Order: sequence, then C-alpha cells, then structure tokens
Amino acid sequence: MSVIVFVEHDAGTIKKKNFEAVHYASGIAQKMGTTVTAVILGIVDNAEIEKLGAYGAQKVLHVEDSRLGELHPRAYTSALLTAIEKEGGKIIITLNDINGRAVAPRVAAKLKAGLVVGALTYPDMDKGFVIKKAVYSGKAFAYVNITSDKKVIMLMPNTFPITETTGKTVIEKLVVDFSGKDFGIKVNEVSKVTGEVSLSDASLVVSGGRGMKGRENWYLIEDLAKELGAATACSRPVSDADWRPHHEHVGQTGGTIRPDLYIAVGISGAIQHLAGVNGSKTIVVINKDPEAPFFKAANYGVVGDAMEVLPRLTEAVKKFKQHK
Amino acid sequence: MKILVCISQVPDTSTKVVLKDNSTTIENAGVSYIINPYDEWYALIRAIELKESGIASDVDLVTVGKANTEPVIRKALALGGDKAIRIDAESTDPYLTAVYIAEYAKSMDYDLILCGKESIDYNNGSVGSMLAELLDMDYIGFATEIKIEGNTAVVKREIEGGEETDSCKFPLVISCQKGVAEARIANMRGIMAARTRPLTVITPTVDDALTSILSYELPPAKAGVRLIDPADMDELVELLHAEAKVI
Repeated sequence: MSVIVFVEHDAGTIKKKNFEAVHYASGIAQKMGTTVTAVILGIVDNAEIEKLGAYGAQKVLHVEDSRLGELHPRAYTSALLTAIEKEGGKIIITLNDINGRAVAPRVAAKLKAGLVVGALTYPDMDKGFVIKKAVYSGKAFAYVNITSDKKVIMLMPNTFPITETTGKTVIEKLVVDFSGKDFGIKVNEVSKVTGEVSLSDASLVVSGGRGMKGRENWYLIEDLAKELGAATACSRPVSDADWRPHHEHVGQTGGTIRPDLYIAVGISGAIQHLAGVNGSKTIVVINKDPEAPFFKAANYGVVGDAMEVLPRLTEAVKKFKQHK
Repeated sequence: MKILVCISQVPDTSTKVVLKDNSTTIENAGVSYIINPYDEWYALIRAIELKESGIASDVDLVTVGKANTEPVIRKALALGGDKAIRIDAESTDPYLTAVYIAEYAKSMDYDLILCGKESIDYNNGSVGSMLAELLDMDYIGFATEIKIEGNTAVVKREIEGGEETDSCKFPLVISCQKGVAEARIANMRGIMAARTRPLTVITPTVDDALTSILSYELPPAKAGVRLIDPADMDELVELLHAEAKVI
C-alpha cells in the first residue's frame, strides 16, 4: 500500500513543484513505513522520469499514451485509479494547481476518500490524520482531519524546501483500459505563454497596483521582474481596468500565491488583496503613502514614488548580480 | 437546454476573521454574507445571459445550506433564474456537498452545470469536479469564456502556463472565473420578481462526511516593517540577500 503521487510535466519536462510533490509523498511514506509510487502520464523520456528517484519515488508507473499530453480529467482519473488499484494505494498526493484540481476531486469522489485542498503540513497522525490548510484565501488556517480510510491530499506548491538524494527509481509501464468517454473533451487550440515566468510557479513576484498610474508605466515592473527572474502580478483594480490580463490578478477573488518574495508596488493593501498574498515568505511594499495599510503586513517598506524607486531598485539588483 | 447553477453562501470579502470557542469556530456574529463572487459574477450571470439570448430554456439555482442561506438565494434569484432549490444541510465537507447536489441533479436532465472556480471561504474548488464524477459527466475547470453551439459547449479555459479552447458535448460541468461574464447589479424588477419565484427545500439522504475541521488559527502577526531609505535601494537588495535570503 504505497503512497501514490501524481506527477505532472510540461511537454516532457518535470518542474520543481512536481519534485516537491514527490518529496512530500516520500515524507508521508517514511512516517508510515512504506514506499512511494509516482504516476506519470504521456510522453516523457526515461532519463527525465529517473530524476524522481532523487526525491523519494521508489517506483514510477508510466502511462505512455500521447493523448495524455493534453489535460483530459476523466482519462487522468482512469489512469490514477488503475495505478491506485494496482498498488493498493490508500494515500494519494497531487498538487493544488490546475491539473490537480481537475483530477484529485474526481479520484476522491470515486474512492470516497476525504480530500484536503492546499495542504501546508505533513499529516499529524497522533491526532488522527490532521493537515493544516489556508482558508478565507489566507486570512486564517484550518486543521482538517481526514476520517475516511482512503485519503487524497493536494499539496500547496512552494511549501517545502526540497533536496536531492542519491535514491534511484524503477520505471514500469502501466497500461490503462481507457473508454471512449475518457476523451470526451476535444482540445481545439492551445496557446502557451512563453518567455515569462508563470505566476503560480514563481518564487519571486513583482506586483503593481493603481499607484502605477497606467499601463504605459508597466515596463518599470517588467524591467525589475526581468532582472530578478520574477513573475509579474497585479491588484484587482488594475486587471478590472484592463491594464493587465486577468490571470495576473492576485487577491481573494483572483489567484492565491505563496512566493518567497512578493514586491508590491503602488498597492494600498486592502484586506482582499492581502488574502491572496499573505502566505509570501518575505513582503516588500513600495508606496508613496506612508499610511498605506500594506506596510503593516510587510517585512520591508519603502516610502517613495514608484516611478523613481523602481528604476533605482532594478539598477541595484543588476549591480548585485554582477558582484555576486 | 437546461442549466443548473451551484450557489454558495460566503462571508463578505471585507470580513476580518475572528475565532471563538477555543479556536474551533469562526465567529459569525457581525459577518455579512454574500453569494460567492465566482458563482455570482461568472456562473450565474453567464447562465442568465444564455437564457436572455434564447439559448437556455431553464436556469435553476441550487445551494446546500440551512435556512439562514435563504436571503442570499433570494439575492441570486433577483439577478435571474427560474427557480431555486435549497438542499437542507450544512455544507461542511466538499464531498458531502457534491453528493447532495448530485442526488438532486441526477434525475433532472441538466445539460450544463455551472459553478464558480472555488468558494472564497474554504478555497477547495472541488465540488464541480466531484459532481462531474458522481454524475458521470465531463468537467472543464477554470473557464474564462463559454459559448454554446448546438449541443456542444465551446470553452476557453486556463491551463498550466497558458490557455486553450475546448469543445465538449452536453452534459458537462464547468467551473467559471473572470472573463466568463460581466458582473451586474439586480434591478428593482428582479428583486420584486425574486419574491415570487419558487424556492424549494429538499432534505438530502444523509451521508457521512469524510473530513472535519478540528480547529482554526490566525496567521502570525508580522514583526513590524523595516523602512528603507528610498534613495538607497542597494541596502534593500543586500537585506533581501543576506537577511531574508530570498535572492
């Protein structure tokens, strides 16, 4: 009854957050005295899959079917259920991201397994099977006990630091008996954002608010983000005004992010915005209004005009990188 | 074409969370409740638009909640919708919520079930996907645009690192986010009409919850902001490197 972990990949490349999911599964497996079986779907090289060994997967079940390169929630569910049955798995780990949300709840409903979305801790097994998660988009945390025999946990990405080990893995091909229904969704057109760091995966984020005064000033945010290797985000008024695309909106009615560093420029820090970002490890606030509520939630604050401070900060980062 | 919209009651976004009873409960005194924004601004309004353009024949609303959720259901009916169903149970576990809605919906021949991408209180975003599994339907999550062509939904959706356009034959469940529709405000005619639209209360077959919340905790207070001279950004970079260790 190994711990099962669903491993996503981006056109054959496994990302850091997916290694983190394996690492998390491994932590649980060690507590329970069992092993980790990873499940990977679609076309991926063996050399890439073998990397999972270093994060604690003793075995990988690979469903090598080119149709799985697209997100088909039912097909993914069938594949995971096949793997779970084969391994006698009772604990299933995915990430709390777009793919995880399409699959994990389906698997949970099918298995009648209790589900925790956005796990921030390992389960406390002394008190049952208790996991901490954010609620009210980060305004509070809840300790959720899973009472069912089977359990599905969706890990919040960027929660645990990961380290490589010398562990090795064994790859087995898994054949899944898909039905016609599994591919009921036809994908007509895909457009991927390239050349930018994706917001949900980013460990560094530079975000702008109304204080940026207009979309024409956004190059200042982008210059800093580029120098840092950071993703860009924005507050709700900015996306409502169409200065920025809505997928950049973070806050209670936008995305929730937990980067290592969140730099908020010209954002006052309304409670709804804070809810989406207060899981960030370090917060820097740049605002010309010293009374902006965001300063109360910040680690570092700069009271000044964004138009002047941003180029200076970008220059300082550039200098720092040269001397590093 | 028949649409079911799943509505959830949530605390207003400006709510400050206060804990009570030894941190086992969130204080609800003084909290005002609203329709979950994703359910209202996107799922419900898109359903109403489809009805107004003659594509949808029926738009029904469903919620899982006790009698105290009725004002919020009436608010949703004031925006539009033909009738509402309240499933009389506490909505505490996403699985139970999905089971109760599925029990009602399975014999109702809905072509399309719309919900918000998540509720802003428990942020699980899992009821739609569970519902699809329980009803043996397809599920498209994180939609930003929904069009109907005959018996097919053509949906633009967010994917990891981009977006794609999918098509899927009815019946299916779609979770909605920004882009699907423009928020609107109920007018007086709608508010008056909502009073006479039917609100049916049904009692679900009781099932077991698979999870329970033992306690809550508030985020730790920040130690206090350290202000940096706006002329000295080198100092900020140095602190981010040496002290915060984030760059």
